[in-house]
Amino acid sequence: MSSSPIIRFKDVHKSFGSHNILKGLTFDVEKGRTLAIMGPSGTGKSVTLRHIVGLLQPDSGLVEVEGHDMAHIPQAEIAEMRTRMGFVFQSGALINWMTVADNLALPLRENTPLSEDEIARRVSEKLDWVHIADAAHKFPSELSGGMKKRVGLARALINDPDIILYDEPNAGLDPEIATAINRVICELTNNLSVTSIVVEHRIPCVKAVADEVIFLDEGRALLRDTPKNFFSSEHPRLVRFLGDQRDIPTTT
Amino acid sequence: MIPTRLIVAFFRDWGFRLDLYLKVNARLGDIPRRWQWITEQLYQSGIGVLHVILLVGTFIGMIAALQAGIALSTVGQQDQIGTFVALGLAREMAPFITAIILAATVGSAYAAELGTMAVSEELEALEVMSIDPLRLLVLPRLVALLVMCPVLTIICNIVGVLGGGFVAQAQYHVSFDLYMELALEALRATGTWIPLPKDIFAGLFKAFVFGAIVTVISCSCGLRTHGGALGVGTATRRAVRDSIIAIIISNYFMTWIIYR
Ligand SMILES: Nc1ncnc2c1ncn2[C@@H]1O[C@H](COP(=O)(O)OP(=O)(O)OP(=O)(O)O)[C@@H](O)[C@H]1O
Ligand SMILES: [Mg+2]
Repeated sequence: MSSSPIIRFKDVHKSFGSHNILKGLTFDVEKGRTLAIMGPSGTGKSVTLRHIVGLLQPDSGLVEVEGHDMAHIPQAEIAEMRTRMGFVFQSGALINWMTVADNLALPLRENTPLSEDEIARRVSEKLDWVHIADAAHKFPSELSGGMKKRVGLARALINDPDIILYDEPNAGLDPEIATAINRVICELTNNLSVTSIVVEHRIPCVKAVADEVIFLDEGRALLRDTPKNFFSSEHPRLVRFLGDQRDIPTTT
Repeated sequence: MIPTRLIVAFFRDWGFRLDLYLKVNARLGDIPRRWQWITEQLYQSGIGVLHVILLVGTFIGMIAALQAGIALSTVGQQDQIGTFVALGLAREMAPFITAIILAATVGSAYAAELGTMAVSEELEALEVMSIDPLRLLVLPRLVALLVMCPVLTIICNIVGVLGGGFVAQAQYHVSFDLYMELALEALRATGTWIPLPKDIFAGLFKAFVFGAIVTVISCSCGLRTHGGALGVGTATRRAVRDSIIAIIISNYFMTWIIYR
């Protein structure tokens, strides 16, 4: 199934001051596929995701989403596109003066003509998905880090988006919840109309959800492969990064 | 020699503020949908500082009466204290003091609230969800201060005149009835073009403008915050400082235009 890529990075460079973060990043994701991004802390994984939603613009190179150059897209169009995207922030990024339920309802109230009943139904459905229904009337400050993460995930899914970007959705979750969240992500990523990028450090999670993995280091995609080949790769940098978590190749 | 960097930063700041003001104005039609958040802000910026206005307003009136009494009693005219206190409060002191108090309490809170949202990625989250922060965050705050600054100014006027009357009676033996009669008499004077008590409306007009100034400066400082908790501190400090400067300078020009 080779369709045209939904998300495409071409030779993207980005620096903050004198700090070069992305140095010629190139990759693409086809419709319905799931790409995992791995890489050391501080290499620009979150920065990469921010380019896709237009929170950051590349210094040079091309970031294309659904065929639109994100650096030169009109404001109205980008706003429309964003309603079809979900972004799970690494920090959760919940609105701190609204309850969990209001946080989830906010995009629906602002951007859709749905009735309050329908909004309430969707909110409780999404909260059930991430196993946090009893926190609906709490404020973000009353939640633990992992709970905020899950609310952030639920909020990203509230619009039933076509493109979902997950920035470490499992970080800080206990194994039981992480498995449950993984199942949610798996179900979503198995849906052929949803395109996803997952930034993830846990190898079992990557294996469970990803069609392909790229290794981001020194501002480039150093390696790109299916999870099976990726985790048994002999690439010296990757071998060092994975350490004892690496799969020892059974063949040869 | 001022470095060009500072001049550029100055114009960038004020350009951003002007832009914010125009953009929020273009969204005023959204007010009915925002009622819930507007009432919340009205409550916080109105009821939350009412006691400060009552206390400070009373003492400002008392100080004005004391100073007017000192000057007037040397020429045996202490009966006129009411005129001076009422006009001084209505024209200048009540809107000015109210705006300064609002800048220091409500404006700093606006900057800190929006600044915290900016440094905790909440504003970016709104952007990613295609939610306009001006409609959601700035509009309710602007409406709240546009309403509350004049309302609190009226309250400041009332308690100030009453406080002044107390001092006039206690210190200068002017009867409270005479004091109030002259105070109200002075305020009744109407404008040349508008058949309304000119001094009261001049003060309320100023208060309205001050409300806009405090909101726009504080919110733009908040929205542009970066650099974690330290950045929030800087934004708050800058919001209060710039609001007070802008209040004083604009006050001069408004007085000049209204009373020339
Ligand atoms: N807005 C910004 N201004 C300045 N520097 C930034 C900004 N955003 C990111 N950086 C820098 O870019 C680098 C990459 O950041 P990024 O958040 O993408 O890392 P990451 O790969 O997601 O790491 P982690 O796994 O720890 O989340 C960091 O060194 C960071 O300091
Ligand atoms: Mg990150």
